[in-house]
Amino acid sequence: MDFTSLTFTDVSKNFQRRRALNKVSLRCEAGEIVALLGPNGAGKSTLLSITATLLEPSSGEVRYGDRLARSSGPELRGRIGLLGHDLYLYPELTAEENLQFFGRVYRLPDLSNRIEAALARAQLTDRRGDLVSGFSRGMRQRLALERALLHQPRLALLDEPFTGLDDAATAALRRRLATLRETGTIVLLTTHDLETIDGLIDRAVLLHNGRLVAIESGEGSLRDRYRRLTAVGT
Amino acid sequence: MTFLQTVWLVTRKDILIEARSREIFFTTLFFAVSCVLVFAFGFVREGKPVEDAAAGILWIAIAFSGTLALGRAFERERQSETLRALLIAPISRPALYVGKLVGVLMLLAVVELIVVPLVAVMFQAALFEHALLMLGLLVTGTIGFCAVGTLFAAMLVRARSRDVLLPVLLYPITIPVIIAGVRGTAALLQADVDLPMARAWLSMLVFFDVMFITLALWTFEPVMTE
Repeated sequence: MDFTSLTFTDVSKNFQRRRALNKVSLRCEAGEIVALLGPNGAGKSTLLSITATLLEPSSGEVRYGDRLARSSGPELRGRIGLLGHDLYLYPELTAEENLQFFGRVYRLPDLSNRIEAALARAQLTDRRGDLVSGFSRGMRQRLALERALLHQPRLALLDEPFTGLDDAATAALRRRLATLRETGTIVLLTTHDLETIDGLIDRAVLLHNGRLVAIESGEGSLRDRYRRLTAVGT
Repeated sequence: MTFLQTVWLVTRKDILIEARSREIFFTTLFFAVSCVLVFAFGFVREGKPVEDAAAGILWIAIAFSGTLALGRAFERERQSETLRALLIAPISRPALYVGKLVGVLMLLAVVELIVVPLVAVMFQAALFEHALLMLGLLVTGTIGFCAVGTLFAAMLVRARSRDVLLPVLLYPITIPVIIAGVRGTAALLQADVDLPMARAWLSMLVFFDVMFITLALWTFEPVMTE
């Protein structure tokens, strides 16, 4: 299955008595990079988990094109790439073995060439046979990003993708995100590095106390506009 | 990807990681052997073991070390949240469950290869006299125990007190499996070997296995969606 839009309609999520998301509505189109901003605990990771089909919303719905997650199953999951804060890598496996395992799980054709390209992008070609447990945070982050994008997903969900990256790797990730936009990927990312994504993203939305507010493009930097909104929100 | 291919991928990955670290194998084996040795001091007096003790101790060692192995097998998936990566992969979630189950079963099989002869020696138990029946009891008993354990360990992977909760939830439900294993083994070890009784307990274990695996396959997908 394929889809060219992602639509949230009145999505709410409660954890017992705490409301993590409150009637969130948002639409993202193919080739769009949308930043999901907000303070810690605002519900960003919860929204990503719901989008990744790992969590069910308490109410409301998420549509991938015109289909719901429940009716799409594994086919839909195969079109989603998720980079989580915990990186989702096996530390006891080498960089290459991690990519091989997930490549086989996704049944990717031409896997060895994909792995070669992924290792080159992650600048880990010469460390391919090293255990991930011996990697620095930045190296793990680069490898995890390639793992998440190995199957060329339609929807890339990136939770704090810039964490631990040095300047060169940050610039490479910005280029990678721009490429994803050109190839029609829907990118939904969360970050606190507002300066890094300023000028790269198409849109930013603010999650605050479970509610979603659009950050309008306008005067000032993204950081300034974000501060103004969060000051109003509090 | 076929169901069996997925099972093999997950199992092979677990075996590769375990072969590299040997962490679960050594802790499980150490625990099982310690268990047998401690009971041997308590239940063997003047070279004579207490009647039926061997059967009970063998299954206690399997259950306790199995609990340890189940907890650790999922702890690995929790540490880097790799379970989430597997859950969003386009694979059958029941196949993921079976893959994890087979990995734990293979590990326990190796542990049992060492523990069973140890129990036979320490308790002068004729565990190999009816080897095929004994093997049947061990295989079906371990499968039944791990079938429930794998489901619970996966469910508890994000729970804060998972180490405490796993045995608390697991033992009451697997009591029938452990009892069937103990009684079936005891029937083979008593002076007047009761083969029909051992076969009856074996049939019961097969029934438990089918029931538990069916329930686990049915419930794994919904319980893993938080």
